[in-house]
Amino acid sequence: MSAKREKKVTWVEPPKMGIAEALYLPAIAEGLSTTFKHMFQPRKTKQYPEETPTLPPNYRGIHRLNRDEKGRVKCVACFLCATACPANCIDIVAAAAPKDDPNWADRDKYPAKFVIDELRCIYCGMCEEACPVDAIELTSIYNMTGKSRDGMLFDREKLLDVFDETSKRPGDPVRTHRGALGPASEIIAGAQKSAAPMSNIGEKAGP
Amino acid sequence: MLVELWNEYWPLLSAMLVVLIAIPTLGLYMTYIERKVAAAMQDRIGPNRVGPLGLLQAVADGLKIFLKEQVVPAHVDKWIYLTAPAIGVVTSMLAFAVVPFGPVSPEGPHTGFRFIIAPGVEIGLVFIFAVSSLSAYAIILGGWASNNKYSLYGAIRSCAQFISYEIPLGMSVLGVFAITGSMNLEKIVYQQSSFLEWNIWWQPLAALIFFTSALAESNRLPFDLSECEQELVGGFHTEYSGIKFVLFFLAEYTHVVTISFLTVLLFFGGWHLPGLTDPADPTAMGTALRLLVLLAKVGVVVFFIMMLRWTLPRFRFDQLMGLAWKGFIPLSLFNLLGVMIVISLDLSPYWMTLFSLIVFLVAGALNVSQLNNRLRSPSSPTIRTRAEGAY
Repeated sequence: MSAKREKKVTWVEPPKMGIAEALYLPAIAEGLSTTFKHMFQPRKTKQYPEETPTLPPNYRGIHRLNRDEKGRVKCVACFLCATACPANCIDIVAAAAPKDDPNWADRDKYPAKFVIDELRCIYCGMCEEACPVDAIELTSIYNMTGKSRDGMLFDREKLLDVFDETSKRPGDPVRTHRGALGPASEIIAGAQKSAAPMSNIGEKAGP
Repeated sequence: MLVELWNEYWPLLSAMLVVLIAIPTLGLYMTYIERKVAAAMQDRIGPNRVGPLGLLQAVADGLKIFLKEQVVPAHVDKWIYLTAPAIGVVTSMLAFAVVPFGPVSPEGPHTGFRFIIAPGVEIGLVFIFAVSSLSAYAIILGGWASNNKYSLYGAIRSCAQFISYEIPLGMSVLGVFAITGSMNLEKIVYQQSSFLEWNIWWQPLAALIFFTSALAESNRLPFDLSECEQELVGGFHTEYSGIKFVLFFLAEYTHVVTISFLTVLLFFGGWHLPGLTDPADPTAMGTALRLLVLLAKVGVVVFFIMMLRWTLPRFRFDQLMGLAWKGFIPLSLFNLLGVMIVISLDLSPYWMTLFSLIVFLVAGALNVSQLNNRLRSPSSPTIRTRAEGAY
């Protein structure tokens, strides 16, 4: 087996050095001319605060919690995102939906507390993939800052605010049910086509 | 009494003042220029935020450095640690005592303002070599006092490098001394007043060796093995921060400026540019023109040094040593031999050019067989590549 493979290997002798290589100067001159040429080539720098970068469509920035069409938080507090999170940055406290409120009649659970530590997050997007109801999404906001570590703990209201801010932007459409969420949503979309029992997974959040 | 003293010493004091102000300012601005040049070569813009074109960046950096906390690590040998950067700056600036930084006539007048601190020093260049090689002490003491093995490694490398390159550095200019008959820089420049009498035409090999060795002496890339980050953290200045760190860099940049001045003065005709400057024109206009020519030439050499930095990768240590001991020292010896033959037989100086070129080409030819032998030696792994379609 190995002998067979050896036959396919071509043995290459090192190239013969000539006087030009031995004198070093031609090579140095060649290198210098390359460096010199670059001085007159267009600059690649982007002047950041004035010029904003064009982000790729799958850019993973800060999170948002989507709202459903009734304006409620879409999250059903299933803890899948917190389980999937490799950085352990999601802290959820679930509560039963208020049954007497007609607005919440179709919901069982909702997150009473939903906090993401944006400093701990590694922006891998696994929460987005794990979410069965497409409630958590990563937006294209990349330039968030905070004055304290506590300020970078984004709670439910703040994450909903991010949704309100970004859902109208062309860069961050609400991708839920549009089939362009992420690999997980592709799988679900595929499953919806092939297998009927999976079809109601994405619709449990609201009619 | 005081007036007499003043009359006697003001040219000296004013020249000293110019050097003392110009060199640190230049050192600060060299960082700016270097960053701009590096950026241009890497298709970037470089510093452009502080002031117009980022020109105040150097000032801001300087201020920041002066205001930084003066950290002296607990494990260092305090006095040596604090002395080392000072030695570096002092020795590198001392070299400027005999370097003319503007047009100076060798026979005087030595009254009034002149562009040299100590005019008429007959051992000029030897003084420069003696003093500037003392800056090795800065690096060695800095590395030693740091009590850090990486710093010490850097210092040891630097020590070996200094000792090795001092030899070709000195030997390469012996030919120039022999041609001029003097080690006085003013006389050496005076000798090169016409374009075809520039020493570069007669001593091209010496110019190459001198420039490269001087670059090695200044610890600049591609010869900055004493501070290579990949192997030695920061080399000899690992434990230094703030103003002490900057003093090391001031010394390095002063070295670069000294090298550039010496290269121009020794080989490229100093402040002479035939067709533009008249060597005998004593008027202020003529002086200013010659000063500009000199500074422009120095600027070109500085730019060239910066280009080299961003073009060539760092040497390996054995290559560095090999270049000095197996390359430059024999080459400069043979070059000197050529100069001696030409001078003692009273031949045309262009024989020296021919001799230099022959020596250089012969060295190259010898190197060809060495390079090929090394590549084919049984100890070196033969390069093999996968044939197309395999696997």
